[in-house]
Amino acid sequence: MNAPVPGALTSSLLYLDGVSVSFDGFKAIRSLSLTIEPGEMRAIIGPNGAGKTTMMDIITGKTRPDEGTVMFGGSVDLTRLDEAAIANLGIGRKFQKPTVFDFHTIEDNILLALKSKRTVLKTLFWQTESVQQKRIDEILGIIKLADKRERLAGSLSHGQKQWLEIGMLLAQDPKLLLVDEPAAGMTDGETAQTAVLLKEIARDHSVIVVEHDMGFIRELGVKVTVLHEGSVLAEGPLDQVSANERVVEVYLGR
Amino acid sequence: MITRFLLSNMDKRGYAFLAIVAAIGLLVPLANLLMPAGSPFHVSTATMSLWGKYLCYALLAISLDLVWGYCGILSLGHGAFFALGGYAMGMYLMRQIGSRGVYGNPVLPDFMVFLNWQELPWYWYGFSSFPFVMLMVLLVPGLLAFVFGWFAFRSRVTGVYLSIITQALTYALLLAFFRNDMGFGGNNGLTDFKDIVGFNVQAQGTRAALFAMTCTMLIAGFLLARGIVTSKLGKVVIAIRDAESRTRFLGYRVDRFKLFVFTVSACMAGVAGALYVPQVGIINPSEFAPANSIETVIWVAVGGRGSLVGAALGAVVVNWAKTMFTSGFMAPYWLFALGALFVFVTLFMPKGILGTVQGWWEKRRKPEALPAAEPAPAE
Repeated sequence: MNAPVPGALTSSLLYLDGVSVSFDGFKAIRSLSLTIEPGEMRAIIGPNGAGKTTMMDIITGKTRPDEGTVMFGGSVDLTRLDEAAIANLGIGRKFQKPTVFDFHTIEDNILLALKSKRTVLKTLFWQTESVQQKRIDEILGIIKLADKRERLAGSLSHGQKQWLEIGMLLAQDPKLLLVDEPAAGMTDGETAQTAVLLKEIARDHSVIVVEHDMGFIRELGVKVTVLHEGSVLAEGPLDQVSANERVVEVYLGR
Repeated sequence: MITRFLLSNMDKRGYAFLAIVAAIGLLVPLANLLMPAGSPFHVSTATMSLWGKYLCYALLAISLDLVWGYCGILSLGHGAFFALGGYAMGMYLMRQIGSRGVYGNPVLPDFMVFLNWQELPWYWYGFSSFPFVMLMVLLVPGLLAFVFGWFAFRSRVTGVYLSIITQALTYALLLAFFRNDMGFGGNNGLTDFKDIVGFNVQAQGTRAALFAMTCTMLIAGFLLARGIVTSKLGKVVIAIRDAESRTRFLGYRVDRFKLFVFTVSACMAGVAGALYVPQVGIINPSEFAPANSIETVIWVAVGGRGSLVGAALGAVVVNWAKTMFTSGFMAPYWLFALGALFVFVTLFMPKGILGTVQGWWEKRRKPEALPAAEPAPAE
């Protein structure tokens, strides 16, 4: 495990403690606590409305929590930063519905995501260096879209868009990836390939995967956190969690 | 670096546009000055000034397309930046009159004498210097756009709300410039110009030079806009148009990118206004009218939103049609025709004239290569 940063309050990469948020009186998240260690891959499951997406919104700065602590890298308080600042800290996000830039080519989508200075002047006078071009080619290879690089992203199939978005995350080279339902709407074959892809990514990144598909989670073979009504219901390996009576109750509605 | 920035990624259509504008800029003044009045190649000064006006509008359309077509900011107040550039130039032209005004006051323009003002207001200082005015033509619209954009984009005002406040902006300026005590000639605006940099504004040679200058600035504006939209910044801006929050989650500060293109665009509109005023001979508050800004949006939509050449083409075509229409028995129906054109283009030619023609062309050349999405890989 990495040595803690000087002045760090925790050695975890991501540390949520007592986080609550409500919308118009509805408590979407209630005193949620969760830690992700550097290099860890974690799956988050839970029935609809369990607060999975809201949790991601809080981590990425889209939603501000009413109370609680959200720390990144031991010392950065994420609740004080906006989306762009958080993204530049090294937190990448893949949305539930694949959102790529439809009117850009696949290659340009990756280029836009590629880790680089995001200032106005730097982008105005941007020249892609050969190292960067190599990285783009490499990512296009990983997501199996190299031969379609000149095509507009809007012409891709649903599954291919999901991969393109994962490729964009790779290009961002974040320390932590938040992946919301990567296998949604995919064929079984695509789902299996996506699991392989994510496992590959998890070798040198921390990853949080939100997913409904139990088969997919089993393939990932990682620690699972079950959310229910905005807080953690159970945590542990999938077999242990799925044997938990409370979890079964929530899922089957007994 | 600058040449590379301006000329890399230039496509055939861009070169064709540059060649045409350059040719017009050269040949029209020559045809006006050198050909005898009876010759079929002669271009009258009135026609030249009229086309000069169209080309100013083309530059305005390009500036609007930069923010609307590429960044998705539907500005319904771009006429304000155009008019401010025009007023800056108008103030210079007023100061050039000197003591030749009706009241013969060497310092004060006629309308100030008429209002019994004793001295020049401080904000008229410096406007007798042409370099200063050139700076103000860029600075005044640019600064207004910067301050306006700073607040609007930081507060994440988007879509129709932004359009409404841009409309309010130009309307507020319209009302303000109508007031006599603003010191910009009130209702009548600024007119009766005599000289520009020492040359008679009415003279044929000056008109020809102004026309050539307009073409030059249109080329410069096109190159700048083209350089911007084909750079990586241009890709970011298109990304903002299509998926703003996604762009934000990639780490781009969306507000700053919007602010950049909005300010650049306002400066371009200001230049267009500054070239427009000496050619039409007057600037008054009606240039701030919301309807003008909306008309600009129509030009861009008709020509082809998201294509700089299309925007310029739309401005020229619509204004040429307007001249044709309003000078005959059809005059009372022009606004109906304009409205119908807008509805027609929106319904049947969503990519504008240029996009539609290009679509036909591509289909004719390779009818088999229809852009169909490939099926997902079967596993």
